[in-house]
Amino acid sequence: MKTSVTDLPVLKPFRAKPIAPTRLGVRTLLSAGVFAAIAMLFAASLALAQANTPAGRDDALTILLRWAPLIFQGFLFNVTISFLSMALGTVVGTLIGVAQVSLIGAVRKIAWAITQFFRNAPWLVLLFYAMFLLPFEFRVAGFTLTFPAWAKAVIGLALPVAANISEIIRGGIKSIPSAQWESAEALAFNRHQTMWMIILPQAVKRMIPPWMNLYAILTMATTTISIVGIQDGLTVTRAALIAESRPELLIPMYLLLLLLFFAYCYPIARATLALERRYHLKG
Amino acid sequence: MIAAFFERLNDAQGINFSVFYDEFDRARFLTGLWTTIYISIVSILASLLLGLIGVWFAGSRSRIVRLLVRAYVQLFRNTPPLVQLSFFYFAVGGLLPTISDGHGGQTPILSGTAWAIVALSLFAGAFNVEIFRAGIEAVPSTMIEAAESLGYTRLRLYREIVIPLAFRICLPALNNNLVNLVKTTTLAYAIGVPELLYAASQIWSETLNIREMMNLLLVTYVLLVAVLVWIMGRWERAMRIPGYSW
Repeated sequence: MKTSVTDLPVLKPFRAKPIAPTRLGVRTLLSAGVFAAIAMLFAASLALAQANTPAGRDDALTILLRWAPLIFQGFLFNVTISFLSMALGTVVGTLIGVAQVSLIGAVRKIAWAITQFFRNAPWLVLLFYAMFLLPFEFRVAGFTLTFPAWAKAVIGLALPVAANISEIIRGGIKSIPSAQWESAEALAFNRHQTMWMIILPQAVKRMIPPWMNLYAILTMATTTISIVGIQDGLTVTRAALIAESRPELLIPMYLLLLLLFFAYCYPIARATLALERRYHLKG
Repeated sequence: MIAAFFERLNDAQGINFSVFYDEFDRARFLTGLWTTIYISIVSILASLLLGLIGVWFAGSRSRIVRLLVRAYVQLFRNTPPLVQLSFFYFAVGGLLPTISDGHGGQTPILSGTAWAIVALSLFAGAFNVEIFRAGIEAVPSTMIEAAESLGYTRLRLYREIVIPLAFRICLPALNNNLVNLVKTTTLAYAIGVPELLYAASQIWSETLNIREMMNLLLVTYVLLVAVLVWIMGRWERAMRIPGYSW
């Protein structure tokens, strides 16, 4: 079949363009300069510790390498907790967020109050709340479900996450121009269809950057579980420092943990910025 | 009268708000509340100052200086505040020399409260640098050009034109960050600073009224944040320039 060729701009054959390459490249993600500056800080502190090694003891690098795998494991535990809390928080937060734009006034107000309350309470206090006030086991129909500390921590962290997601959902839905609602109504879509087929698909794109941002904040907040006695990366680092009792290792050891988190959260922050630019609405 | 009510509530229902009738618990709670407010206010002011200094250096001609500011901002934004606090208190604080306290003992140069203020200010300051930078970028370039053509020096240009305008643009974002700072003060619990959370945990471990103290704690923090939001909101309105839609 021969495609018609015309000079009229409106009738030019349509060709789907590939999505413009974003600045999500490796170069952006790693942003060599900042990484180099921070790695240099770490190297300098390590060299200083190396120089201060007491005679006849293991040098700083050896000790650091000995503990690094354990610290890394602890860090992976933080990441696992962050995945679980994010999943739970997203599910609950979505429900509250949708309730915030409900047509029923009472539902809207209750959802708003819940969101504001949990958004404005400190994360650590909410974590304490979950740790102390949740039972350590449930009895459901004769079965005893034990409820380990880490599961309570997941719930505690999911509370503020849910409240923040709720705001992200509300903001995303509200950011869709009202003309979309009106034209959907004109086309006889009901509210349910409008929401699921027209509003949410557009809004989701705009919710992704703040969602990722929240995830990075959550990952950093997971270290607070060490305060309530769960063995995470920070706990392991402290234990290592106590076991070795070498004051010159204090700075390099903490910097190692900081670097682990940085290496994980910084690319997320960069990607968030890149996506924000990409999805930015013009005008 | 309030004390009598809460005492009766405890006797009749077992709902123990000891803070409202027990002199000792109330004193501890109020001290904690004051410590939280004190840390918040000092950190807010210090972080604003840091943000201003940071944004000034971020506009420097030297690439090294710019890179250092960026490294500071990115490091503090992308690492856990609790680890930052531990780093300052245990690592940096642990290595600093101690001074004699006059009773034969040795005390660290900086107390836990002081380290909390240092760590929180650096943490919030990193965000403030970015917020101020965004605000400065949003100042219309014509304003800056006009000032330059009137012979303003860079310092005067910043002090009299850019900062007053940029400040109004970034107030909402600043608002968020400062609220976040107040919430982050709870982390000082981890280094034993007697702030609100710490005081509450002392009370509930002695009086065994975890549920009541937890709820009271949550309400208190939400109220604290509400007060801050209200003050910032008033300030935002007071600083509004007619003709600018901000």
